[in-house]
Amino acid sequence: METRVIVGLGSCGIAAGAGKVFEALRNIKEEGKTVFQLSRTSCIGMCYREPLVEVIDDKGSVIYGNVDEERVAEIVSRHLINKEIVSEWIVKSENHETIDDTFFGGQVKIALRNCGFIDPEKIEEYQSAGGYKALEMIAAGKVTPEAVVQKVMDSGLRGRGGGGFPTGLKWKLTLNSPSDEKYIICNADEGDPGAFMDRSLLEGDPHSVLEGMIIGAYAVKASGGVIYCRAEYPLAIKRLNIAILQAREKGYLGKNIAGIKGFNFDIYVKEGAGAFVCGEETALMASVEGRRGMPYKKPPFPSESGLWKKPTNINNVETWANIPWIITEGPASYASYGTEKSKGTKVFALTGKINRGGLVEVPMGISLREIIYELGGGIQNGRQFKAVQMGGPSGGCIPAALVDTIIDYDSVTSTGAIMGSGGMVVMDETTCMVDVARFFLDFTYKESCGKCTFCRVGTKRMLETLSRICEGEGKESDIELLEELAYQIKDSSLCGLGQTAPNPVLTTLKYFRNEYLAHITDKKCIAGVCTKLLTYEVIPENCTGCTVCAKNCSVNAISGERKQIHFVDQAICIKCGVCFSKCTFDAIRKY
Amino acid sequence: MRIQRVLKDKELTEAPEPVDLTLIDDLIKKYNGKPGNMIPLLQGAQSVYGYIPAEVFRKISHETGLTLSDMYGVATFYAQFRLKPVGKHVIKVCHGTACHVQNADSISDAIRESLKIKDGETTPDGLFTLESVACLGCCSLAPVMMIGDDSYGKLTGRSAVKIIREIRAGESN
Repeated sequence: METRVIVGLGSCGIAAGAGKVFEALRNIKEEGKTVFQLSRTSCIGMCYREPLVEVIDDKGSVIYGNVDEERVAEIVSRHLINKEIVSEWIVKSENHETIDDTFFGGQVKIALRNCGFIDPEKIEEYQSAGGYKALEMIAAGKVTPEAVVQKVMDSGLRGRGGGGFPTGLKWKLTLNSPSDEKYIICNADEGDPGAFMDRSLLEGDPHSVLEGMIIGAYAVKASGGVIYCRAEYPLAIKRLNIAILQAREKGYLGKNIAGIKGFNFDIYVKEGAGAFVCGEETALMASVEGRRGMPYKKPPFPSESGLWKKPTNINNVETWANIPWIITEGPASYASYGTEKSKGTKVFALTGKINRGGLVEVPMGISLREIIYELGGGIQNGRQFKAVQMGGPSGGCIPAALVDTIIDYDSVTSTGAIMGSGGMVVMDETTCMVDVARFFLDFTYKESCGKCTFCRVGTKRMLETLSRICEGEGKESDIELLEELAYQIKDSSLCGLGQTAPNPVLTTLKYFRNEYLAHITDKKCIAGVCTKLLTYEVIPENCTGCTVCAKNCSVNAISGERKQIHFVDQAICIKCGVCFSKCTFDAIRKY
Repeated sequence: MRIQRVLKDKELTEAPEPVDLTLIDDLIKKYNGKPGNMIPLLQGAQSVYGYIPAEVFRKISHETGLTLSDMYGVATFYAQFRLKPVGKHVIKVCHGTACHVQNADSISDAIRESLKIKDGETTPDGLFTLESVACLGCCSLAPVMMIGDDSYGKLTGRSAVKIIREIRAGESN
């Protein structure tokens, strides 16, 4: 068999240098020293090992990690020419054990079944991986829309965008709304900072999302489809547009799709213009209609009156990608994963202070401990795990004490966080929880559309209070004030953004109240993040007397002769941290 | 809150130099009369000029019947639209959650110090504009920045400044 070399070219791979690796391989191929087939795929989820290069020959598949141009030359000469496996760089292989095997150990890939395995720009590769089979099964078996909806209901799939509304029920409501025209929308406005599940899925397997939408359109009898994708994801948009053209050519989009008489449906990609609130479904529809993306009151729900006042079914990217699998493998197979009320699998973006950051798909019911310590390989630099932030600006922080919490909608909600779309930011002892709360409030304050007074003004007041605490100006009454504002904002906001904006503050107050108190009463930031609360000191053993700190100090708080140990005058120091960042001898400590 | 930007951008709507309005004729022809065309029209205009000049608003309004107030409302609501020209290279420093906990502030600080500009400003030579963005979706490579369509990961203040210096050196050759 001809040897195949496959480069992972997702956005994060490219950022890590995969583009150059691909170029280097192409040059070697053109030189003709060795014959191989060069192709591309997308992200397999091991972002911490990017760029990745897979070599498939008669001995099987080997994936090499952290590949750069030098390693390319060596892989070509040793593996491709001399047929000798470069064992020290292997991250995944059928025949070799690696330290990275635990990363894949607990995973079950359903939504991400093809990501990192097929070329996302070739429909043929999707088809040979079993793609569009679900749609053809429906066409061949003359399965009715009602039966398709029933299958989705039986699978127990719940909306993966964060809300967790049962997908089958949503479809049923749309199917039962009488109208001459209906719409299907794919919500790909992944605005949640710290989450990139949808980007990876769209870049890695756009056809699975299209097929899911086509099946959804058949089930609810829709004729028009929109994918609302963030403009910050140019590669995802490019690959979606390629996929749509290919699907049209093959007759999966257009008129009488897959030979089903009277089933006409088409999809176009709508680029978002940068507004977090557009992830809210009513705001998203306002944006598709070309207006300011401001939410409006429900009911009427989108299933009755949505886009252009027609019944509309909105689901998130990951939800759509699950649909073809559920149809081909059967609802029971899907429901065999997970817990009683949360079935199937969930994709998480594992980031922050964790050893193996990346994309993982795990069955519901797995514990946080397994995700962080087994899949994720524990905390960077051997530090202490402090908390994990789930659900982005709408979610909360789950403390280390609750690390045995299992992942399903209800268990996560009971901690005060939310499942959300799947962002998991891991924090260690060097992360200040008050600063994290301030960070999220800064985000929601900027992204509030301004429609509801409590969200518009309340988030600003909360942000001011938190900033004050971080700067050491906090008052004892501030904690009470934050709590009061939090509940008022939650109760008086129209959409999810406002209703959940106070969650990061409420959960950190619940689990890390001592940090707030340390900031307010002791004027101390335990994690060493809030610069105004720190003390900077010279470590005499390390100081070489180079005078760099003294020269850069804008208030002349540092004194000392050349080649003499320097001294920081605490009465003058404004705690700007310049000395700490400028010192190259680690001779300034902050505490 | 999103509305605040209206005031901030208001004084800047005057175009510094005349723009060639015929460049958007095809764009207007393509979207004229279609429902939901306002955002694609504004996005198209921005990709032609790099920002949306005041005359372009007037021309689109005149030819499509969209009102100026609606367009201005939309253009100031979404973070993507710019009402003033930007530098040749737009530096977007990511301040998503993952980048924040990996000290994205130090990246912005280093660039601000090196280029002597603040967030949202352009260098006097028109080469660089500095922006902070919410999330670029490359969280496992945090901290990240994007210049043009290229993303750079695992930055330090020093490496970020070095990348910018290299681009500047490439420009002067």
